[in-house]
Amino acid sequence: MRVVVDFDLCESNAVCMGIVPEVFEVRDDDFLYVLQEEPAEELRPKIEEAVRRCPKQAISIEG
Amino acid sequence: MEAVAVVGASLAGLHAARALRIEGFAGRIVVVDADRHDPYDRPPLSKQFLAGTWDRDRLTLAPVREELDLDWRLGRRATALDAGRRSVTLDDGEVLAVDGVVVATGTAARRLPGTDGIAGVHVVRTLDDAVALRADLDAGARRVVVVGAGFIGAEVAATCRGLGVDVTMVEALATPFERVLGPAVGSVLADVHRDHGVDLRAGVGVAGIDGAGRVEQVRLSDGAVVEADVVVVGIGVVPATDWLEGSGLTVDDGIVVDETLLAAPGVVAAGDIARWPSARYGEALRVEHWDMAIAMGEAAARRLLVPSHGSPAVFDHLPWFWSDQYDRKIQLAGRAGADHAVEVVVGSVEERRFVALYGRDGRVDGVLGMNRPRHVMQLRALADERVAWDEGLARARALG
Ligand SMILES: Cc1cc2nc3c(=O)[nH]c(=O)nc-3n(C[C@H](O)[C@H](O)[C@H](O)COP(=O)(O)OP(=O)(O)OC[C@H]3O[C@@H](n4cnc5c(N)ncnc54)[C@H](O)[C@@H]3O)c2cc1C
Ligand code: SF4
Repeated sequence: MRVVVDFDLCESNAVCMGIVPEVFEVRDDDFLYVLQEEPAEELRPKIEEAVRRCPKQAISIEG
Repeated sequence: MEAVAVVGASLAGLHAARALRIEGFAGRIVVVDADRHDPYDRPPLSKQFLAGTWDRDRLTLAPVREELDLDWRLGRRATALDAGRRSVTLDDGEVLAVDGVVVATGTAARRLPGTDGIAGVHVVRTLDDAVALRADLDAGARRVVVVGAGFIGAEVAATCRGLGVDVTMVEALATPFERVLGPAVGSVLADVHRDHGVDLRAGVGVAGIDGAGRVEQVRLSDGAVVEADVVVVGIGVVPATDWLEGSGLTVDDGIVVDETLLAAPGVVAAGDIARWPSARYGEALRVEHWDMAIAMGEAAARRLLVPSHGSPAVFDHLPWFWSDQYDRKIQLAGRAGADHAVEVVVGSVEERRFVALYGRDGRVDGVLGMNRPRHVMQLRALADERVAWDEGLARARALG
């Protein structure tokens, strides 16, 4: 599983960070950082939730 | 459960339909919406779509593009529900006899009385509304009057300023945004608008709108007259419950559901229309936020699938919303209001980049951020758990 963020769409509102802080982090510079691009499979349900809850539909999962 | 009708195929309804499939429901799902357009996302209607930076395609809601095997009824209005028999009647006479119903008809924009039929007077709730407003702006409208300094009105004001249009914002309360953010933070946001050139008239109402067929001026209660090519009315919404008269459901400024989102056996409600008893706040809430509509839609779908002898989950999702105005991003986790204590805990209002805690009854009720998304997320637990006010202040300050 690969987590892909479309940074042209992302507006750094940190919703994903609220759901999966292990993978998504918005830092003080107001940019989103993907901490793990290929996270462990057990995080899939949470990442799928982040995909659904991202107000900009900026997150996708490959594989 | 063999067939489910989802009435209102917008954010809450479509996420309910999708959740039914995710939970393994293989039966028939009929989705009904009075709007004839492919279901779309509303927040961009006052922001990117109105500004012209996003086109129509970008608005389409994600579940529309997924293979959810839905039986669509777009452009069709539900006119009646019989909760006992679980049947939904549509405006063309079709009767949907189903086992489960998701009521997600949301809200409709409140209009200014006496303005029907005056061209140039707009609300922004539907795609057609936004297209019509956008058309007036494209046709060269130079002076916009926004009635009501709520979030949608404020976003429209910000977008219009971005387009170089003159904006006058009229708000009945002495401090704009006071109802939702309290006077202290409300005045910060009011200053943001003033600094961007909005002519803010607070503490006055609208006495009338004049024009021969098309709006020409707005008369205010203090006697002032403001010239206008376009008026945008943002004075709140009303729950779309008209079709539920005689349904057997309890309607009280929305549909009253229990703590599991059940309105009646086999009938759930979700989104802007649903009023549920929040254990966190000890009162019934009806929340008009994007994130809440998704959370409720998903939870309502799961509720519908719980067998009558099962034990359904209690719903109490923490409210969270955002609003974009100019380069400021306002976010609120929990709730805030005029009667809350307010304390800035991170940053400062001068730099317009801060976090404020809202407290009531000695507890943290809300975490509000202006351009502080990271901190809002880190501190939302304070509102989620409603920690003691002093403890909340200490924990928040330690972070800042
Ligand atoms: C311009 C605008 C900007 C917004 N910006 C933000 C924001 O920045 N942040 C945020 O958190 N929230 C925002 N919101 C709020 C958010 O969009 C709503 O909370 C959300 O749309 C609620 O979803 P819903 O599905 O409950 O209801 P709605 O979106 O209102 O959908 C209800 C649907 O039911 C249909 N319907 C109504 N009656 C019937 C009937 N009798 N038969 C069939 N269909 C019917 C309607 O056509 C509609 O499609 C904004 C809203 C608007 C309008
Ligand atoms: S939820 Fe979406 S928009 Fe928000 S920070 Fe994450 S990827 Fe960006």
